[in-house]
Amino acid sequence: MFAQPPNQDGPSLVSIENMSLAFDGQLVLREINLHIPKGQTVAIIGESGCGKTVLMKTIIGLLQPTSGQVIFDSQEIYRLGSREQALQRQRFGFVFQNAALFDSMSVGRNIAFPLKQKRNPPSDEEIRREVFSRLAEVGLPDSVARKRPAELSGGMRKRVGLARALIMQPELMLYDEPTTGLDPIMSDVINQLILHTREKHEVTSIIITHDMRTVQAVADRVIMLYPLSRLEPDENQILFDGHPEELDYVSDRRVVQFVQGEAGERLMELRAEQTS
Amino acid sequence: MGHAEQLATEEPPEEGIFRAFTDWISDWGSVVLDAVASIGDMAIFTWKMFTWLFTHLPRKEALLPNLNQVGVLSLPVVALTGTFIGMVLAVQSYFQFHQLGLETRLGAVINMSLARELGPVLAATILAGRVGCAMAAELGTMRVTEQIDALDSMGANPIHYLVVPRFISCLLLIPPLTVMAVFMGVVGGYFYSVFILDIDKHHYWYNSKQFVGTWDLFFGIFKSMFFGAAIAIVSCYRGFNCSPGAEGVGRAATAAFVYSFVIILVLDLFLNIVLDSVYYVLWPEGAKFL
Repeated sequence: MFAQPPNQDGPSLVSIENMSLAFDGQLVLREINLHIPKGQTVAIIGESGCGKTVLMKTIIGLLQPTSGQVIFDSQEIYRLGSREQALQRQRFGFVFQNAALFDSMSVGRNIAFPLKQKRNPPSDEEIRREVFSRLAEVGLPDSVARKRPAELSGGMRKRVGLARALIMQPELMLYDEPTTGLDPIMSDVINQLILHTREKHEVTSIIITHDMRTVQAVADRVIMLYPLSRLEPDENQILFDGHPEELDYVSDRRVVQFVQGEAGERLMELRAEQTS
Repeated sequence: MGHAEQLATEEPPEEGIFRAFTDWISDWGSVVLDAVASIGDMAIFTWKMFTWLFTHLPRKEALLPNLNQVGVLSLPVVALTGTFIGMVLAVQSYFQFHQLGLETRLGAVINMSLARELGPVLAATILAGRVGCAMAAELGTMRVTEQIDALDSMGANPIHYLVVPRFISCLLLIPPLTVMAVFMGVVGGYFYSVFILDIDKHHYWYNSKQFVGTWDLFFGIFKSMFFGAAIAIVSCYRGFNCSPGAEGVGRAATAAFVYSFVIILVLDLFLNIVLDSVYYVLWPEGAKFL
């Protein structure tokens, strides 16, 4: 039984219609239907390997669905020409799991990179000002701009990744496990930054996370995906779609198990799979 | 299980042999299909690279570090190995030529070998080992750490940003590296022949001039451009298609060198045949090698 998805009335920024995606014949996402209105913050949760990151990469056209449609602002990005695709992607801000900063560049050049890809890039002085402004926004000093990504801690890297994603003033922010590998305090800092970004820039956000504190702190809506290998053939891959508060009253054992972080019989099942 | 039941469940020997044979065919079939798929994939990759190359030139900040890495930093090792190859050629050839009383022809043999064959192949091998492996490892690491996805997500095409500058650098800088390898080989061969083996320097140069012409130098430089292009494409392709993890990056780097080296030798054979045929058409009185 699904909870009713919240706030579905507004115009959709992202619409996914009957989308399936397979790698080498192996289905990862099956018949996904999802509508994300402008301004909403959606958390996507689910076990490792259930296709969360694949779904996110499909939304911005890095992966092409095997069937169905993924529409961003009335366009299917993966069907556009490479130049038009590049232009559309400048409307996204993607914070990668390990920040994916370019090792060969300084932090400052990393943050400035998206601006320099524009057809008419701003002047060097404007770029410099913008870089320092974004660094300040994520709570990092100007001196960090001269450092190399390898010199930064995990939390600093994530914040630099966020600064880089914000520099283009995106309409859609995508966070791939933004708090993974961080201590509780830095995780909360990142949560606050996500909230601050939403309020200041009025962006739509999609957050992949395993951290239920992040879900409770930042999300308007939660979607739980489940691995296809553990689903019955006629079951919907989205096990839950609703408000974060509704997670406390959900009856599906698999959702409860994930939210409460209980292994249950999983270890036995995994061993049985190995044996078979 | 009774004896009769056991016999009923066992496969007849002919069927076992037939199945082994079909399995063998099937295994080879999948190997061939994988190879064809890889070649097709690399052809698409190369096509995309050329499309970007001819429609959008790379930015200066993407090109300059690659020119430095491929050209400037490879120069010392190419010069050093070139010198030693020249000297080794002198050492190897002297004994046979001395027995025939033809040691003054040593210059022609050394310089011809260097200009036509050893210079370009040596420069290409060093480029494949020093630069090709580094390219595959760097791009492989970028793939594994999602930096290539990050480029794509920011509207920067990874082939345009990462592959085109590396291709241009290899294509443009392998000819000067080849010239350097040949030049240092000539110097090394001359030094060893004249100062160590005591060959008359006038005859050494005279015979070199008699046998080695501009065509031979052009021959080597022209071939080297194909080698440079092959190294860049193979290495970038292996890096882009790197499997996850440290092992994947290591494999990509190794495969980049092995495949580049094999392709260099195959290209060398075919280019030699084609260029010699061209030479024979242009100068029919010259020697025909095909």
